[in-house]
Amino acid sequence: MEKKYVKVMVEIDENGNKKPKTITFNNHEYEIDKVLDMKKAVSMKVGGIGERYTVRINGHETYLYFENNKWFVESH
Amino acid sequence: MGRFILHSDLNNFYASVESLYNPNIRNKAVVVVGDEEKRHGIVLAKNYIAKSYNIKTGDTVWEARQKCAEELVCVPARFDLYLYVSRLVKDIYREYSDKVESFGIDEAWIDISHLAKTYEDAVAIANNIRTRIISEIGLTVSIGVSFNKVFAKLGSDLKKPNATILITQDNFRDVVWKLPVEDLLYVGRATSKKFERARIKTIGDLANTDIKYLKLTLGKMGVVLHDFACGRDTSPVESIHDKEKIKSFGNSTTCPVDLVSNTEVKSIIYMLAESVAERMKKKNYYAHGVSLWVKDTDLCSFERQMQLSSPTNISEDIAKNCYKLFLDNYDWQLNVRALGVRVTNLTTGKMQYDLFESVNNFEKKQKLECAIEKLRERFGYDIIRRGNILVNQSLSSLNPHSDIHIIHPIGFFKAK
Ligand SMILES: [Mg+2]
Repeated sequence: MEKKYVKVMVEIDENGNKKPKTITFNNHEYEIDKVLDMKKAVSMKVGGIGERYTVRINGHETYLYFENNKWFVESH
Repeated sequence: MGRFILHSDLNNFYASVESLYNPNIRNKAVVVVGDEEKRHGIVLAKNYIAKSYNIKTGDTVWEARQKCAEELVCVPARFDLYLYVSRLVKDIYREYSDKVESFGIDEAWIDISHLAKTYEDAVAIANNIRTRIISEIGLTVSIGVSFNKVFAKLGSDLKKPNATILITQDNFRDVVWKLPVEDLLYVGRATSKKFERARIKTIGDLANTDIKYLKLTLGKMGVVLHDFACGRDTSPVESIHDKEKIKSFGNSTTCPVDLVSNTEVKSIIYMLAESVAERMKKKNYYAHGVSLWVKDTDLCSFERQMQLSSPTNISEDIAKNCYKLFLDNYDWQLNVRALGVRVTNLTTGKMQYDLFESVNNFEKKQKLECAIEKLRERFGYDIIRRGNILVNQSLSSLNPHSDIHIIHPIGFFKAK
């Protein structure tokens, strides 16, 4: 597994809350259907600390991390 | 009232961060090396596997390789990364208490006296912090729980990794007194030599040594260390240590009489801003934003913020902008019961000047304010007052340092 930084479109509301809308991964843009959860968490798999968003993309759940102003996923 | 103090120590901090960020090296012997040029570097930190080969901090990389029977992974130190992780950990501590005092990059005291009634409470909080650091940061800590800072620190050194150690008024003679006197905070090499000559080997020996003798051989420090050994350490956990970033400085007051005019509001804002600015200057902070909080006589409150064109720690700038926020946002349907002034978005150290305000002018104002504060320190707050604070006599008798509830520095606006 590797730490893969990704391009993310984010909506930020008036209170500063972030809501990721799309992820671009291997030149492909994926729509995020829903953000299911957000909490502070570590990624032990690839090494990273930040806000962990549990997102649903095409029916699949995956983690998207926000660390030090960058977004990453745990990529196979 | 009992004190409950934690001392939290991140285990093998540098090496643990490196292992966290490089999953491939987690099961290997790892040392963090000071010099970019690895061959010349010395070992700054090591993980447990490297430790098991008797590799020590201060070894050269060459020595460490000689000791290590397996492949030794040498990684150059990345201090910015350690600092980043350290801040995240300390943010967790600050969720429990605003009295958090750093001791180096990987250790801190946390005063949780307001949260715990018993040692069981304190241990439960310590365990909760440990669990959170594992799940949120991916690191382990050892936490000492005690009734003073010295024993809390001692406790955190006793068991590694990932442990909570309790030292109480009842058990410290059993737990602490058998330990070598060098384990006590502030016993450095020179003091340790003197103890050796006096045949003081353990902390218990120190506690049971005649205090006159200690004073003679070690001076004042002898008395201090004797007190420590006996569990008599009343030093407080200082909320702001070194140059760590804090989130905001603020000050608020409930006025002795309701405010009925802009002029009165202005005078209170100026007074609050002065004490905020004073504390900022003491800590060498500059604010990029200000925030005003207002509560009316129906106890409805709101907060309004604005960004400044250039960072400042001058009370006039803070007050002027807060007053503007007030004029822009308050409609005087009701009178004003309470006000709060807060600065946000802080930076420390050198600052940039506004393009349109000359450096000279800024420095002049800053010098004037420093002079005023010096006078106040010497002669009391009353020595100098702003003209506009004299508007209402019952208001002007407020001293923002003693009469006003200061919540310092975080969570100010959560108050009532
Ligand atoms: Mg440590």
